[in-house]
Amino acid sequence: MSSNSFPGLYLHIPFCRSKCPYCDFYSVTDLSLVTAWVAALIKEAAFYREKFDGFDTLYLGGGTPSLLTPAQLEALLAALRRYFHFTSDAEVTLEANPDDLSREKIAAYQDLGVNRLSVGIQSFNDRDLTFLGRRHTARQAVQALEGARAAGFANLSLDLMYALPGQTEKDWRETLNVALSFQPEHLSCYQLTVEAGTPLGERKTRGEFQAAGEEMEGALFLLTSEFLEDKGYFHYEVSNFAWGKKNCCRHNLKYWRHVPYLGLGPGAHSFSIVDGEDGAQGAPYIKNGVRWWNQADLEGYLKALAAGQAPVAGRETLTPEQFRLEILYLGFRTRRGVALEDLRGYGNWETALGDLEEAGLVEVVQGRAQPTRRGFLVADGLPLRFGD
Amino acid sequence: MKNIRNFSIIAHIDHGKSTLADRLIQWTMLIPERQLRDQMLDTMDIERERGITIKSNTITLPYIAQDGREYELNLIDTPGHVDFSYEVSRALASCEGVLLLVDASQGVEAQTLANLYLALEHGLTIIPVINKIDLPQADLEGVKAQMERELALDPDAAILCSAKEGLGIDQVLEAIVSRIPPPAGSPDQPLSALIFDAQYDTFRGAVIYCRVFDGVVKPGDILRLMSHPGTYKVEEVGVFRLQREPRKLLAAGNVGYIIAGVKTVRDTRIGDTITHEARPCAQAQPGFREVKPVVFASVYPVSNEDYLTLVEALEKYQLNDAALVYQKDSSAALGQGFRCGFLGLLHLEIVQERLEREFGQSLIMTVPGVQYRFVLKDGHTVMVDNPQHYPDPIHIQTTLEPFIKATIITPERFLGAVLKICLERRGVNSRFHYPAPGRVEASFEMPLAEVIIDFYDRLKTVTQGYGSFDYDLLDYRTSDLVKLDILVNSEKVDALSMIVHRCRAREWAVRVCDRLKEEIPRQQFKIAIQGALGGQIIARSTITAFRKDVTAKCYGGDVTRKRKLLEKQRAGKKRMKMVGAVEIPQSAFVAVLKTDQG
Ligand SMILES: Nc1nc2c(ncn2[C@@H]2O[C@H](COP(=O)(O)OP(=O)(O)O)[C@@H](O)[C@H]2O)c(=O)[nH]1
Ligand code: SF4
Ligand SMILES: [Mg+2]
Repeated sequence: MSSNSFPGLYLHIPFCRSKCPYCDFYSVTDLSLVTAWVAALIKEAAFYREKFDGFDTLYLGGGTPSLLTPAQLEALLAALRRYFHFTSDAEVTLEANPDDLSREKIAAYQDLGVNRLSVGIQSFNDRDLTFLGRRHTARQAVQALEGARAAGFANLSLDLMYALPGQTEKDWRETLNVALSFQPEHLSCYQLTVEAGTPLGERKTRGEFQAAGEEMEGALFLLTSEFLEDKGYFHYEVSNFAWGKKNCCRHNLKYWRHVPYLGLGPGAHSFSIVDGEDGAQGAPYIKNGVRWWNQADLEGYLKALAAGQAPVAGRETLTPEQFRLEILYLGFRTRRGVALEDLRGYGNWETALGDLEEAGLVEVVQGRAQPTRRGFLVADGLPLRFGD
Repeated sequence: MKNIRNFSIIAHIDHGKSTLADRLIQWTMLIPERQLRDQMLDTMDIERERGITIKSNTITLPYIAQDGREYELNLIDTPGHVDFSYEVSRALASCEGVLLLVDASQGVEAQTLANLYLALEHGLTIIPVINKIDLPQADLEGVKAQMERELALDPDAAILCSAKEGLGIDQVLEAIVSRIPPPAGSPDQPLSALIFDAQYDTFRGAVIYCRVFDGVVKPGDILRLMSHPGTYKVEEVGVFRLQREPRKLLAAGNVGYIIAGVKTVRDTRIGDTITHEARPCAQAQPGFREVKPVVFASVYPVSNEDYLTLVEALEKYQLNDAALVYQKDSSAALGQGFRCGFLGLLHLEIVQERLEREFGQSLIMTVPGVQYRFVLKDGHTVMVDNPQHYPDPIHIQTTLEPFIKATIITPERFLGAVLKICLERRGVNSRFHYPAPGRVEASFEMPLAEVIIDFYDRLKTVTQGYGSFDYDLLDYRTSDLVKLDILVNSEKVDALSMIVHRCRAREWAVRVCDRLKEEIPRQQFKIAIQGALGGQIIARSTITAFRKDVTAKCYGGDVTRKRKLLEKQRAGKKRMKMVGAVEIPQSAFVAVLKTDQG
């Protein structure tokens, strides 16, 4: 896996052409605000000029980053490069929707230094795409990927969704097979989560469709993992697969390993590690995790920056116990797992670990407790098995 | 002494004892209506809420009778539940007469009888009072007929009253003066005073409630308790008005209190006799016995960290309730706790409720049981009230369990249903007595263990609230007892073990397995719950593993929110008990005890 000593930079692009009915991300469809947002983001970046001097990843996420025009993207990136240093091998990812990926755009992104495209395919089945309310068709998805490959993108990631109502095991295998025909370096396979408060959630409440159910979801999860690992992919996080360790998303790994990151844009979260205790005189030297986050709504975000203020809405300094809990739960989401060192502080760690091993949910490899395939499925509950 | 009257009110629950007591207080002490808190004598919160008297209270009422003379009427309130029948008997021993209160709409019930018998045993004057005559469904003629037939009392002597409306109160007061004899005894004799209750005062220690039969007691006297070593110097004596009111002395015939530097109420056993160290009386007042617990259960703090506060709470609680006994107990599942002995199931509930309410404890209480007797092959006999101390079966010769005589009074139309629940619970030697047309008094010999869980509730259900119940301990009888263990993933949950009759073991095992299945949340692996007698599995249930709990996405913006969720779940887990790898919520231990519906 790539070295991870540098922090990462995240940009949140809070715009979409239309809202997908299952999505609970914050984004707006009023594209007239994009220019104002670009200006505000550049202002925001300036606040951190002195604080972060080098990044080895840049991740443009959303929302729909691919609706930015090449000119808007160029302005943004130019400013960021003025303010911060990026390593020469920096991973620069842009999330894109197939319907945006014209040949021209692909070429422009490449010129601007984007070296990794994460494409929101979701499915190669038109019925699924209609259910999901996506703007593109299976055909458009194929064309977009062909275009990216043709343009020479050597690092492609595909977002896929499964456990959709009415989707059979066979349907899902077909989608996976089409995906594999592009030999993607990376795949994110997300189970559909029907969130309350979304239009899809409301339809479910009204009984308009039946969710796949826990049994089916579990079975499809295991199938996906087996299928892709058989083909040589590395299942390195609950929903993420890489063609060889070097193709793991370097940026996302930082989230799961407490490597610092700066998030810019509405609702973005940042994390950093500071020395010593906040203001405590003579406190022992310790490292504190600090996390802060921006106002989520675009209007508030723009207003704050127009008034010359950082749009920060909240901040926390992790207590050692909180830090440890995060290490556990984030660790158990990844194949790398949790170092036994980090478990030892819990009074019951040996019995708890023994129980999990016996249940076939965790295995101990080289001083780390690593979730098995079945362990991934219940990863959220694993950290709570450890206590005093 | 001629102007003293000592009396109690006895009645079945809800027939209006507390209401009448309040009314008497209000009349004689001229307390305006609005100042009279309802039921002045029931001072504990629980007593008010449940409308029952747990601790007896006492008050001296000044009364100018129609003969123009001033009397001192000592009203000794008695606890109103079978669990406390010993306390009732001590209170009655301190009186010369009782008001026997009968609800005009309900008529004679089980405790009316039981209490009447107690009063007769003590040779007390009985004044029958028919209460609630204001109710439209009051049946005066019917109740009078019952009194005559079932209680052998002269119905013409009955006073009609409505405690609620204040009707007939003057007649009640006059009857107390004219019918109940003044106390006998002599102030010149050596001191002999009967303890009928004691309460704990944070500043003064134990406040002893007593009736002086002979002699005089005053501050400075050196006292001795007849059944207890040690002497005490009297600090204060007095009578009960609305508060304690110090007096120069208490003399033969008086009812009042003594404060004598006694630290806890445990040293002042109810029924004991107080006398002077220097000039003791020849004989103790009759009838003293140590109160023995009959129902046992263990209590554990919900969170192990609270053990020390539980220790403290129990110590404080016991200062005021000498009937509670406890000793250390420990459980692999629940940690450190206490095995407690109670006078009965109501007593158990009261203790639990007061510990939680007044002392802020969160408790887990195990399935209540009784004290069993085991005769071992080596000839020794052991008493076991804790399933954890069940002897090794290979050493057991004979097992015995306590039996009671249960008396149930019910309208005849429910007899079939009553019979059914009693037979189900191993009732034998049933006897039926028809005190009046349409009513049955049924008595059964039954194991005590069978009435301590659910029985009273079931009886009330099948008799639509009309059935009443009372019991006396009989003896120990040979019985085919077994120890039922509950296993969760093959680990014994010691706190759920119980000693049961073999024929009831399966039913219990199934019930516990089902309840646990409902209460234990699904976990990452399958959970097998089993009921076992020794190595033999007699019931089982399975909780399937949950298959998936993981959220699909967790990136930078999700970390804090997700952690907060886990922190909340972790806090919730503090209330979980680990048995092997399985987390059992506190509610599971409670659910096992819940009454069956239907
Ligand atoms: N209608 C009516 N209700 C009464 C009378 N005396 C008591 N009650 C009610 O009967 C219920 C039980 O009374 P309480 O004094 O608590 O009974 P205890 O259990 O014997 O102490 C209460 O709801 C009282 O208000 C009465 O004379 N008439
Ligand atoms: S395009 Fe993506 S961010 Fe926008 S609404 Fe659809 S799923 Fe959500
Ligand atoms: Mg009462």
